[in-house]
Amino acid sequence: MTAEKKIRVLVAKPGLDSHDRGAKVVARAFRDAGMEVIYTGLRQTPEQIVETALQEDVDAIGLSILSGAHTILFPRIMELAKKKKLDDVLVFAGGIIPEEDVPALKKIGIAEVFGPGTPTDTLVKFVRENVWKKK
Amino acid sequence: MPLSQIEQLIKGVLKGNRKSIAKTISLIENDMPEAQKVVSLLYPHTGKAHIIGVTGPLGSGKSTLIEKIAKEIRKRKKTVGIVAVDPTSPFSGGAFLGDRVRMQDLSTDEGVFIRSMATRGSMGGIAKATKDAVNVLDASGKDVIIVETVGAGQTEVDVIKIAQTVVVVLAPGLGDEIQAIKAGIMEIGNIFVVNKADLENVDKAVGAIEAMLEMNTQKKDWKPSVVKTIATRGEGIVNLVEEISQHKAYLDSGAIHVRSRQRIEIELEEAVKRRLTEVILDNLKRREEFHELVDKILAKKTDPYSAAEVLLEGKLKKYKGN
Repeated sequence: MTAEKKIRVLVAKPGLDSHDRGAKVVARAFRDAGMEVIYTGLRQTPEQIVETALQEDVDAIGLSILSGAHTILFPRIMELAKKKKLDDVLVFAGGIIPEEDVPALKKIGIAEVFGPGTPTDTLVKFVRENVWKKK
Repeated sequence: MPLSQIEQLIKGVLKGNRKSIAKTISLIENDMPEAQKVVSLLYPHTGKAHIIGVTGPLGSGKSTLIEKIAKEIRKRKKTVGIVAVDPTSPFSGGAFLGDRVRMQDLSTDEGVFIRSMATRGSMGGIAKATKDAVNVLDASGKDVIIVETVGAGQTEVDVIKIAQTVVVVLAPGLGDEIQAIKAGIMEIGNIFVVNKADLENVDKAVGAIEAMLEMNTQKKDWKPSVVKTIATRGEGIVNLVEEISQHKAYLDSGAIHVRSRQRIEIELEEAVKRRLTEVILDNLKRREEFHELVDKILAKKTDPYSAAEVLLEGKLKKYKGN
């Protein structure tokens, strides 16, 4: 009897954001969609995020950021992810990220960036359709 | 998965490679065909770690306490594995695994490995794969493994199947004087912690627990202790870790063999039950006969017990009367 394979998603908040209302809404949506969501709370460093993703063997990482520090933090996160060979993990982002920054983020491996007000159904669909693609 | 890949994973686990540990736990959790082979290969390398089960009602502060315990253990130059279990939603099949929020400092400590697991339908406060995850961490060389269970009333007793030392965490005013009295919890706990000891009624809670322990007339060599802590402030932690070490010493003096035997009996029983379900029950459920009997029961023409006998007709002859 084989157990059903669950999608494991890490919802992470890098940097110094002071609230996580949005991230929690997203986390709950993933849970309601049948996924296992690892939520690590506020003020995560890139090192903490990548190490958590490794230990928890997640299929996807959702980065939530409001502070504007994504231009510095995201490249650091992707660099560490590459170092630890997390190449088959789907990385996406959301929060306050200006449109003009998106192409550069996609170039470093962030699969998609979702703006505020994106319906959670869109996020769930995106994850379902794109996880395990690289495997 | 080719055998060579399995062997690579095992090698990695035995060396303590974090990626190998993570991948191996996933393999087992997803019940992949290779899982059984992996567990068999790792099993001879288990048995060295001290396994601590931490249980107790929601809101007692288990996660915060575990972080502090782990930090204290790390001060003593030992490595730690933590398995944090949270419930799977019976409606969606998903789970919110948030125990790591309280253990942020530990994620970048190389001597600590934390894995969050969802119960995935297991009825007890621990996941079916929890034991196997503990085995992987044990084989990887972790000195201490802490399993945090879902605090959900009587299902907390399940932790005894996995842990050598059971720590029950309570907090004043959670109605725990009454909770503590529930069957099982008082008997399986080796160490009782009253956390959030800065709250009112802490001494009342300690008194209630001590009174219940006095009432346990079973003669045991280990007298369960009651420790006060304020996990958020790191108070009482050294005391608690000392108590845990004392219990380990007690186990090493001989009691561990009895406990190990009990745990392994349960493990074997569960492994057999699992196979029986796979081989016999799933087979029976797929038959027309099964569904016809359900119809009969609904129409009150028979009852579940008689129906079960009909289904098993002839198959149990070998075992009846032995």
